[in-house]
Amino acid sequence: MSRVKTALRTPWFWAIIGIAVLLLINSIKNPAYLALSVNPTTGLLTGNVLDILRVSAPIIMIALGMTFVIATEGIDLSVGSMMAVGGAVAMQTLATIDDPTSPSAMFAAIGLALALAIVLGAINGLLVAVVGLQPFISTLIMMLAARGIARVITDGQNTNATNEPFRQLSNGQILGLPTSFVIAIAIVLIIAFFMRRTALGLMIESIGINPHASRLAGIRPRPILFGVYILSAALAAVGGLFSVSEVMTVSVSGTGNLMELDAILAVVIGGTSLAGGKFSILGSTIGALLIATLNKTVLFLGIPAAATPAFKALVIIALVLLQSERIRSFAFGRAKPKGTPPGPAKADESAPVTKEKEVVA
Amino acid sequence: MSARTLAESVPPVTDLPESKQPRQTNRFSGLWERSQTLIPTLAALVLLFGMLIYAEIAYGRVFHAGTMSSLLVSFAPTIILAVGMTIVIVSAGIDLSVGAVVAFSSVAGVMLMNIGVNGWISMLLMIVFGAIFGLISGVMIQYFNVQPFIATLAMMFLARGLASILSTTPVIAPEDSPILLLATDWKIIDGPKVNDFTITPGLLIALLVVLGGMFFMHRSRSGRTVYAIGGNEGSAQLMGLPVARTRVWIYVVSGALAGLAAVVYTAEVGGKAQNVTGIGWELDAIAAVVIGGTLLTGGYGYVLGSIVGVFVLAALRLIITKDGTINPEYLTIITGAVLLVFVLLQRALTRRRAS
Repeated sequence: MSRVKTALRTPWFWAIIGIAVLLLINSIKNPAYLALSVNPTTGLLTGNVLDILRVSAPIIMIALGMTFVIATEGIDLSVGSMMAVGGAVAMQTLATIDDPTSPSAMFAAIGLALALAIVLGAINGLLVAVVGLQPFISTLIMMLAARGIARVITDGQNTNATNEPFRQLSNGQILGLPTSFVIAIAIVLIIAFFMRRTALGLMIESIGINPHASRLAGIRPRPILFGVYILSAALAAVGGLFSVSEVMTVSVSGTGNLMELDAILAVVIGGTSLAGGKFSILGSTIGALLIATLNKTVLFLGIPAAATPAFKALVIIALVLLQSERIRSFAFGRAKPKGTPPGPAKADESAPVTKEKEVVA
Repeated sequence: MSARTLAESVPPVTDLPESKQPRQTNRFSGLWERSQTLIPTLAALVLLFGMLIYAEIAYGRVFHAGTMSSLLVSFAPTIILAVGMTIVIVSAGIDLSVGAVVAFSSVAGVMLMNIGVNGWISMLLMIVFGAIFGLISGVMIQYFNVQPFIATLAMMFLARGLASILSTTPVIAPEDSPILLLATDWKIIDGPKVNDFTITPGLLIALLVVLGGMFFMHRSRSGRTVYAIGGNEGSAQLMGLPVARTRVWIYVVSGALAGLAAVVYTAEVGGKAQNVTGIGWELDAIAAVVIGGTLLTGGYGYVLGSIVGVFVLAALRLIITKDGTINPEYLTIITGAVLLVFVLLQRALTRRRAS
């Protein structure tokens, strides 16, 4: 019983239920939705579920980076533009080298994309950690600038290139699973190992809880803040690589457009608090899978893709309302909320008055 | 409840004797304090005139009634959005939803006109739609303790998504629709050839919004409450100011102004509405407000400063289009860089004041 109760309280438990419900809806529309088959020409497995896993890979990457930024009580609004930068650098490099089979061209493309993303991430880190700007305004500026940088890199064109090894990132398979998904999960596991088996994760959380206290406890916030913004930018570039390798074209205005909300949404679904101070890597990954399933479901049900944001908005509104103290104390019948909400709550105001009246009566 | 009646029963203290006759030193330090908050706005003004003079020397025909009036008319929606954004940012909030709300309001309004709803009522409804989005954000922020940028980001996606559900292709208002009247050219100065100074009713609306915004922020009691919330919410609460009600109103006003911007913009483009209208407009509005000297942390700022900010952005775009050799790809980078410089300037000034 208690185990059931803990499961019900785990935020990502509800995300798994959400994925199941969405898959069920799709299966009702088309009973063969979950079926897998072998494509006779390529000899690879195909199926809607594998499609979902493939499109989830970039979302997992940006959600992972966003998890740590949000845990330090920050936000990174530049991840979508950073994906475009990563994709633009990769496509431009591959188009310049113009060697359709060479793996070294692929590594050059990946290396350059990561290098530029790390530089841009370091600028974010500099603005937040050293200059002391609010994270959302620094990364908002970066969101503008990085999109412009992506345009400058490709000269405003939607560059395309051919390189078979790079194309295999999204279109190849390892043990039947999309390569990009396998790589994404591997990156998640490596980062989770470093975060949870060393003190790094705790330090990030302590900055989110109280930067001043953590500083007094001997944690230097600057290198850690630099680190989380660089990590977020680098992971976003990897996400950009995954998303351009699917079609081998970078769309300078379309790649990663509005993806920052996907990342925030995945992180919040996974139970990382927007107020900072705790994070869940597993939760964010499952959250990213839910977003990918939602994207595919909306398309599958024949709703125009441009309308997906409305559904995501409804999910995020429901989630932030569930996180708020007012709803919690109302729904779970807890005593007074711990944090005083700003503004006099009408209910809170009237409550003591009625009590007094009862006493008088 | 009791706190509010108390606040209302106390008359506003405007003419205390010591505030009428300050000592000399006080006056100077007060002047210094005031001029410090004015530094970013003055810097923006200097930048604006520098850019305009540069453009006049380099390309000519800038201080030209025709150029000026077309620039003003095309930036009228941005001016309206910037006034709303100033109020929100002074209260230490942010409204990321304005661009998407413009898209939703314009598509919904034009569709209403197409199904035969009276044009004036449709225009009113466009403003009401905006106000409803603002109301939802405001309630989420005030009563459910959601961070402003998350709540308004959610509204941005909701409005954009709903606009796309309504129509993903451009919709065009009927030819006899009264909304087109808002784009009539009024010749104010009849210059030689095409060099006329013309304004449109849309620009006049923007001007009225600016005057209304200035009156609200600098002359009304609710305006002072907005500054108080931005300065220190806890203190504003303890002073008995109606924080909750005012904050919800701030977002309602911002949403309604986004709806009004949708009316003006739709009129200007000949009644054509699209679900992709207004992408990035929230950033323009925020940039204008920040360039104009309003602190992102709230509590300081001027409506007129934000208008200077809009003009800086307009001059920037004018130079880039007039030059022609500057890659339009650089526009977002330049806007980002200008925004960054002003944010850093603010940061330097607030840090000095704090120390």
